[in-house]
Amino acid sequence: MSNDAATAANATSTRITTPPVVGPDTEPPAFGLGVSLPPADVRAKTEGTFPYAADLWAEGLLWAAVLRSPHPHARILSIDTSAAVEMPGVRAVVTHEDVPGESVYGRRVVDRPVFASDLVRHHGEPIAAVAADHPDTARLAAAAIAVEYEVLEPVTDPEKAFAAEPLHPDGNLIRHIPLRYGDPDATGEIIVEGLYRIGRQDPAPIGAEAGLAVPRPDGGVEIYTASTDPHTDRDLAAACFGLEPDRVKVVVTGVPGATGDREEPGFQLPLGLLALRTGCPVKLAATREESFLGHAHRHPTLLRYRHHADAEGRLVKVEAQILLDAGPYADASSESLAAAVAFACGPYVVPHAFIEGWAVRTNNPPSGHVRGEGAMQVCAAYEGQMDKLAAKLGIDPAELRLRNALSTGDILPTGQTVTCPAPVAELLDSVRDFPLPALPKDAPEDDWLLPGGPEGAGEPGAVRRGVGYALGMVHMLGAEGADEVSTATVRVHDGIATVICAAVETGQGFSTLARQVVQETLGIEEVHVASVDTDQPPAGPAAHGRHTWVSAGAVERAAKMVRTQLLQPLAHKFGMSTELLQISGGKITSYDGVLSTTVTEEMHGKELWATAQCRPHPTEPLDESGQGDAFVGLAFCAIRAVVDVDIELGSVRVVEMAIAQDVGRVLNPSQLATRIEAGITQGIGAALTENLRSARGLIRHPDLTGYALPTALDAPDIRIVKLIEERDVVAPFGAKPASAIPVVTSPAAVAAAVRAATGRPINRLPIRPQAAVAAPKS
Amino acid sequence: MTTHAPQATQSVTLPASLDEAVAALGAMPAAVPVAGGTDLMSAVNKGLLRPSGLVGLGRISELRGWHYQDGHALLGAGLTHARMGRPDFAALIPALAASARAAGPPQIRNAGTLGGNIATAAPTGDALPVLAALEAELVIAGPGGARREIPVSHLLAGRDMLEPAELIGFVRVPLLHAPQVFLKATGRTGPGRATASVAVVLDPARRGVRCAVGAIAPMPLRPLEAERWIASLIDWDGERGLAPDALAAFGEYVAAACIPDQAPLADGGEAPPLPPAVLHLRRTVAALARRALGRALS
Repeated sequence: MSNDAATAANATSTRITTPPVVGPDTEPPAFGLGVSLPPADVRAKTEGTFPYAADLWAEGLLWAAVLRSPHPHARILSIDTSAAVEMPGVRAVVTHEDVPGESVYGRRVVDRPVFASDLVRHHGEPIAAVAADHPDTARLAAAAIAVEYEVLEPVTDPEKAFAAEPLHPDGNLIRHIPLRYGDPDATGEIIVEGLYRIGRQDPAPIGAEAGLAVPRPDGGVEIYTASTDPHTDRDLAAACFGLEPDRVKVVVTGVPGATGDREEPGFQLPLGLLALRTGCPVKLAATREESFLGHAHRHPTLLRYRHHADAEGRLVKVEAQILLDAGPYADASSESLAAAVAFACGPYVVPHAFIEGWAVRTNNPPSGHVRGEGAMQVCAAYEGQMDKLAAKLGIDPAELRLRNALSTGDILPTGQTVTCPAPVAELLDSVRDFPLPALPKDAPEDDWLLPGGPEGAGEPGAVRRGVGYALGMVHMLGAEGADEVSTATVRVHDGIATVICAAVETGQGFSTLARQVVQETLGIEEVHVASVDTDQPPAGPAAHGRHTWVSAGAVERAAKMVRTQLLQPLAHKFGMSTELLQISGGKITSYDGVLSTTVTEEMHGKELWATAQCRPHPTEPLDESGQGDAFVGLAFCAIRAVVDVDIELGSVRVVEMAIAQDVGRVLNPSQLATRIEAGITQGIGAALTENLRSARGLIRHPDLTGYALPTALDAPDIRIVKLIEERDVVAPFGAKPASAIPVVTSPAAVAAAVRAATGRPINRLPIRPQAAVAAPKS
Repeated sequence: MTTHAPQATQSVTLPASLDEAVAALGAMPAAVPVAGGTDLMSAVNKGLLRPSGLVGLGRISELRGWHYQDGHALLGAGLTHARMGRPDFAALIPALAASARAAGPPQIRNAGTLGGNIATAAPTGDALPVLAALEAELVIAGPGGARREIPVSHLLAGRDMLEPAELIGFVRVPLLHAPQVFLKATGRTGPGRATASVAVVLDPARRGVRCAVGAIAPMPLRPLEAERWIASLIDWDGERGLAPDALAAFGEYVAAACIPDQAPLADGGEAPPLPPAVLHLRRTVAALARRALGRALS
């Protein structure tokens, strides 16, 4: 077997490679920051004993079912629940008339009815809910509710939303940002234009929505669900139930996958109402179809771009119009639009930028927070423009990007100076210099994994390989003045530490990181992380990497306070500062080794508690011309995609994704690699298959057959070429959250590679097969 | 804890032979036969179907294998895709084995059966174009040990339906001892439903080429003229190879036959062009047919 064949065989057999940063776990120390500590619940999750919300049970529980609108836009003339109420086994039916408190809610903007009352604004909007003693009874009863609709023409084209009749009392325009930066009359010698369309990606969590609501003897209610923002959910639930917030408790159960917000309150609120109404525990486990209909998706986006450059390929001006389809309710549209407008030029130095962004209401499925929102859509567009520019100038696409790469000290089009590390050129250099994967030409033909899969129709003669580059950027933490505070408590007793923090472990690895932080600070190996409920102080939503930053930061401060409490008496006794004492393996030693005692002995059976907060430096909203220091921090990455395209069928297989990422500091190597691999795979879904299609506002295939997620065969070899550890001084530990940036950048990289393979423009994601068909080179 | 309906009203029968199964269905007309359950149970889980009784076919061992009869194989309807994908089966009926290997992820292939693929008759059923190209016959078992045979295409086209208390027992497939190819285009590299599929089988004894196109219409389509034309070009006693131009022309012929141009307007005006997505489907079918025939003749 030749060397090449060995490489090729290896390339097809290893699906995902471990990154070079992962060292042997056996080297001391085996805990603390920088080691690959496995998650504490890894065993329970692999063995299937980990309790998710859908597994919960209470004596005498009832089952809930929600009646949803079959129309995207309709006036409700009447709702007759009598047939459902009379069904044996039905215990309660609730509609908009039964909401005792606020009838509208929203995590960010209060504009969404708990149950549609007069108007239905999207397919699947909740209209009524039923509690019954059996899930089938509940479902049949919900179906027996007679709703009379006057079907209205849906507004499904966001471009027509401006002129359409208002779909909502707040109007159709949710936000408009006209960013103006530099000289509007500046022009470049070379101009390229493009129109880009990004589809509707669904977060498609492994576990569909589920919850259990248990009434309390004091007239309150407890909701057990996989919320990623429990305190906000508690507050809005209490407002809807007409209760004081302290009478409602949200208990966070295990989160079965979250790449966006969970659990949409539209699932939680009917549960709580039914539990309060019946006085019985009520459980809901959504079907996959309900899940697709009920939760928020990534904003479908239309982007129009014009790039000006000089003859050397240096960017002169970027003009863009960005239109986000928000669906009927605002949700995270304002934040998404801010990110889209602010990052519309990408991680490039642009002296003049004129970006208009709008988020509008339509009768399409609702859009909201899905990681990398806003930034992902514009990345696909500005990188498409960079490829176009490179082609027009005859410059290598990577070289063109290098000539324009942003670095620390440059100014974003929002007027904000980049103060954090921004090693953009170094990232691109790293992926460019990484060796390309070998062609499988020396391997037996049966072993080739061609586009279309192992039993597909791929034919080697029709397959073209393409290489494409993309650079992406994303902001970290909430933007535009959001108060990104988090609170954490650390308790030490009997040589064991406990972290109490309402930061939800969504799979991003917070609970493992919290253990590592306490291990590092206190030298105690055994650390437990308490489960989350709203009796704890708020830690904010799990989004934009905020728990890696502020919640882990709060844990560190609390742990340091405990350390001081522990060491202060000792330091005082020996006349040295606490900094000269070390805790390691349960032992306290002085810097010179003269003094030595154990933690247990020093604590004398006492308990030590400390609570601390972490709050990043404040930000400001973008002003009326899109200017302002809106972001706490930025993260960057470069990806080189290698794809094989069957140019006759238009089928695409991503062969390899090589990524270099700006991470600040590696806190847990294997966890970081997992996040990067997951993000790239999600990005490949957005690039090739994931699009929740709707026709005239109706979701067409709300199931996992129609909505094709990447499988293990679709996931390429992922090479983590370089992790740049340039610490961000304003971040706790210097670490940058790492999950979103691969999602943002990988669709653009795949599109660039397909462009290179086929010579076609590729201006639409996901890439449809007919767009990747090319004539064979003569 | 269960999320399923109370079982009291639901009866499950597990017959050990085909005739017992037919008798069980006759005795309880509302019961539904279930083999792999890969389609049936998803309908039950969606709440679309709530059978009051089930007749499980999994214990009928005579349906889970095959035997030979007059140059044909009689395939049991209970053969799973996984079984059909194995090399010994592939040596007998290569195209059916290829379609079985392409029929979804391993979990589905382990459970789903040949008879179920036919009974569900989904347009994307991977075995169907192969059976159409093989001109397979179905052996239908009826009450009292009755057997009748109908062409698979008649069932798929709705020309002949299963009567109450009838079951698909066997599928009679000719053993052609010649190359056969099944090719399928999907939307991703991992297992997925076909956007188009093509089966090509050679029948050297009758000097015929038979081709069927799946997934683009409610039932597999046979481009009969294209089959006859290409068969006349093949040197059956010699190398059997064809020039690339002839293969390409066959692909175009098949695609145009299965996805025809729009009819001219009633007032004699020019027919509107096909939408881009349909044109892409036609190109896909042409490429699949060309590749399939090329591989069969190579």
